[in-house]
Amino acid sequence: MNKAKFAIAVLSAATLGSAYAQSARDYVSIVGSSTVYPFATVVAERFGKSTPFKTPKIESTGSGGGIKLFCAGVGVEHPDITNASRAIKASELEQCAANGVRDVIEVKIGYDGISVGHAKSAADVDLTRQQLFLALAKQVPDPKGGDALVDNPYQTWKDIDASLPATRIEVLGPPPTSGTRDAFVELVMEKGCSEFPFIKAMKKSDKGAFKNICHTVREDGGYVEAGENDNLIVQKLEANPDAFGIFGFSFLDQNRDKIKGSNIEGVAPEFETIADGSYPVSRPLFFYVKKAHVGVIPGIAEYLAEFTSTKAMGEEGYLSERGLIPLPKDEYAQVVGKAKTLTAMK
Amino acid sequence: MSEPSQPVRDSFARVEAGMKRRRAAERRFRFFGKCAVGLGLGFLVILFVSIVGNGYSAFWQTRITLEVTIDEASIDPSGVRDPAVLQAADYGALIKQSMRELFPDVSGRRNRIALYGLVSNGASFDLRDRILADPSLIGTTISLSVAADDDVDMLMKGHIDRGAPEADRRIKDNQLAWIEKLEADDRIGSAFNLDFFSNGDSREPELAGIRGALMGSIYTLFVTLGLSFPLAVAAAVYLEEFAPKNRWTDLIEVNINNLAAVPSIVFGLLGLAVFINFFTLPRSAPIVGGLVLTLMTLPTIIIASRAALKSVPPSIREGALGVGASPMQAVMYHVLPLALPGMLTGTIIGMAQALGETAPLLMIGMVAFIADVPAGVFDPATALPVQIYLWADSPERAYVEKTSAAIIVLLLFLAAMNALAVLLRRRFERRW
Repeated sequence: MNKAKFAIAVLSAATLGSAYAQSARDYVSIVGSSTVYPFATVVAERFGKSTPFKTPKIESTGSGGGIKLFCAGVGVEHPDITNASRAIKASELEQCAANGVRDVIEVKIGYDGISVGHAKSAADVDLTRQQLFLALAKQVPDPKGGDALVDNPYQTWKDIDASLPATRIEVLGPPPTSGTRDAFVELVMEKGCSEFPFIKAMKKSDKGAFKNICHTVREDGGYVEAGENDNLIVQKLEANPDAFGIFGFSFLDQNRDKIKGSNIEGVAPEFETIADGSYPVSRPLFFYVKKAHVGVIPGIAEYLAEFTSTKAMGEEGYLSERGLIPLPKDEYAQVVGKAKTLTAMK
Repeated sequence: MSEPSQPVRDSFARVEAGMKRRRAAERRFRFFGKCAVGLGLGFLVILFVSIVGNGYSAFWQTRITLEVTIDEASIDPSGVRDPAVLQAADYGALIKQSMRELFPDVSGRRNRIALYGLVSNGASFDLRDRILADPSLIGTTISLSVAADDDVDMLMKGHIDRGAPEADRRIKDNQLAWIEKLEADDRIGSAFNLDFFSNGDSREPELAGIRGALMGSIYTLFVTLGLSFPLAVAAAVYLEEFAPKNRWTDLIEVNINNLAAVPSIVFGLLGLAVFINFFTLPRSAPIVGGLVLTLMTLPTIIIASRAALKSVPPSIREGALGVGASPMQAVMYHVLPLALPGMLTGTIIGMAQALGETAPLLMIGMVAFIADVPAGVFDPATALPVQIYLWADSPERAYVEKTSAAIIVLLLFLAAMNALAVLLRRRFERRW
């Protein structure tokens, strides 16, 4: 085995002209969520321009993929930081620890709202999470009453509730691989379906069936997987005023002349409503730092300081201009404290 | 001349009868052919018109001319001109100062922030670079042309409707009034966007450039070409000219043909496992990208090279062997030079394919935000198609035109490579 390995190594070294040992890395390597990517890149760029350190490299791998790479081990070939649009799971932390990644610093950077919106030219709509569940689930409680489930019979919004328009249900949203879709399913579909008492009861008795009912999206054309690209969804909404779309708040913020967000439970998706928690569909965003790399790779602690500084993450910081909803004051103070002292998670 | 006999006349009649149908079939066939070509060209024209229509404006950038007074007290209080001090000085304050002088009656923190927001925050770095290059400017007032913020740029290019209600516009009424004053003073105008060709990626659309991705693509292709061409030619020459024809070579041939059809993401996974995990080459580096794309293009080039070798007439080989050349000499001096144009064409087609790949690059970390322009094959880099994908996915509206502009650059790069292929073929090709 060793001989074979050696032979291959010699061969490849000869092909490359010279063997390259990755002994040093002078830039911070970051992986993770595509939702955090637009914020992290802004910080990285400013950091690279205003300090003597190199600009960190940020890969957009998705939250799960990022954590997997992050937890693969300690050493220059492994990333220093991973971005995530959800909190790291206990099982992932175990995986980390099994690979020697023990001290992980968690930094909560703010909130991201998920908006349901449609073209500017369409009439305003008030939606509830229950209505969205009924519109988008594969199986819904029988409209005639009773505790039976039937294949989703609703074809137009009016079928669900008389207050809604009589247009065909057509919702453009992200595919299952997307973190936005996970969050939407969890924050909207699951909440909406829990409003039916018999399904809620199932959560205790049969968790698998509960998840199956609440998390399965219809496949008969009511929900259209429009790809990970939110810009594409925005363009399609503009062309088709009857369709709704599901996308991140920053895309709504940038395109207010073309699309508008629907109220959910009577609350409009606005910067303020997401920040104070009254808009129901929002999720926290995080990044995780490998403590063992601080001091080995130059710039990690400084990047952390830049990210958590008031001018970046603060209420009027440059990240809020990009659509990141800042943390409430006391939570922000906690995060800054943890970042300064590099306090690892327990 | 005697009359044709009865059976012959019959067959004439039959042919005559079928003639109309056959001619109609031919006309139909030609018509369908023309339709197919027309349809293809039509789609191509639509593609080009939409890309160029969306993208040409990215080659221009709105710039604002400011009179900046470079105050020695704030930049270099000690007067020593120490580069470290000059590097760290607050140039943003100077830009802000000159904006305030232009609009002295703007008051209140929020209004001022809105005012400063008209110019790109890259302006202070421009000013810094200019002063570092020429410290004698300190103490003078210079006229500085700075990039406008991307929202201002979009407004000037007509992508933001000035008539829309204020709440729907990213440029607010007070900013609009300032821009109109700048227009009246002739301080705001459009200039060729040099930054687009000299900068790396940026999250400020007005500063984002294609150079990082272009260099990344060039380094990656350089590695790919350097490895795949010699390997593929050697493999093709051996298989075609020297290898015995038996079950093993048949097996190899079948496998090469199969490899050419393997989806590229598979090569990405292989690259991750072998080059990054086993040989611990750096992630996101063009060297790994080049190695992976080498694996992907090798079969293509081998197949093209073998076809080129096959098309060299046997008389050339026989002639060379007949005058006493060894088989190797016959191949090296006679067959290979004649097959080379075909091999080069195949290589460039393979390279063009490699240029457009993103899937394998995803696995090896080249789909990333990399602001610094790579300086070598071991530096982190991204590639042109990846840059297009990343910009297409960015929320800021100004990236729409950047995306199309990057596609234009990619297409020009491809066109240049194909032109080279045509040129090489014309120059070296020989016909028998």
